[in-house]
Amino acid sequence: MAVGLGHYLTVGAILLVMGIFGIFLNRKNVIVILMSIELILLAVNLNFVAFSAALGDLVGQVFAMFVLTVAAAEAAIGLAIVVIYFRNRGSIEVEDVTLMKG
Amino acid sequence: MIATLAFYVFALILLVSAAMVVTARNPVHSVLFLIMAFFNAAALFLIAGAEFLAMILVIVYVGAVAVLFLFVVMMLDVNFAELREGYQRYAPVGAAVGAVLFVELLMVLGGWHFAPDAASLRLGQIPAGVSNTDALGRVLYTDYVLLFQLAGLVLLVAMIGAIVLTLRDRKTSRHQDIGRQTARSAATSLRMVTVAIGAGVAPGDILRPQPEAPLTPPEPVGGGAGHGGPHHAAEIR
Repeated sequence: MAVGLGHYLTVGAILLVMGIFGIFLNRKNVIVILMSIELILLAVNLNFVAFSAALGDLVGQVFAMFVLTVAAAEAAIGLAIVVIYFRNRGSIEVEDVTLMKG
Repeated sequence: MIATLAFYVFALILLVSAAMVVTARNPVHSVLFLIMAFFNAAALFLIAGAEFLAMILVIVYVGAVAVLFLFVVMMLDVNFAELREGYQRYAPVGAAVGAVLFVELLMVLGGWHFAPDAASLRLGQIPAGVSNTDALGRVLYTDYVLLFQLAGLVLLVAMIGAIVLTLRDRKTSRHQDIGRQTARSAATSLRMVTVAIGAGVAPGDILRPQPEAPLTPPEPVGGGAGHGGPHHAAEIR
């Protein structure tokens, strides 16, 4: 690996913090929250790949692929839930979701 | 040297577009910045030597997930300006949590080191002289084949779940009724009539779409209708 491991870990850390900041910042917009979760998972993948390259261990990349799979499934299900929620309520405000409580 | 420079450029663009994802006013812009972030992350993967994952990232994320986001953002008629109220109110909390987390991560980054026997604990060493895709396939389809199948199962469950969640049965839509279709037989749907020469068939014997009347037969099957010559005595009901 041409670039040091610390560089990758720093980028991954900043990306993760940015995703969490995005969740707090866009508390009402579910779609942007889902995008922030994608960013967090991307940071995780970046760490997996960086460690895999630094250690010469291929399993990190295998695991990153599984993370990718789960992230794709999560995005699909999340967006489907957003669509039916919008269909029922005409809005995607997260704070209204508590109305589902009986 | 060139790799380091490229790393800095791609990392900078990645972080800037990630910041734009969470702060953009328009969610469509957010999705487009997300696509740019994924492209740059794929470039970082390439620099790290994970070529297959980089291509997978571009195909799966840019090609499928980001386009899915784009579809949903554009399809839902949401007043996004309304969703942004309270933005300033939440920003300090988010910044505080983010700062604490970042400081913690920096402390971890400053103090960690590899375990002394880390090199001996490797599960699958990267074989020399083999491309990344080849090496990944050799590991994925042998040692991790069960996990690979389970990942496929996760995707299947997600697909079925998304379909079940969003499928809406409209009352006006016409569905294929397979039971009724296979219950049909020639005895119930076909009648042979003998027609005298020159007499033609009685008007009720040929089922053709009547122009003025609404369709009287429940299912006007093509074939009997349309050409009403006397040679076609077999009539489909």
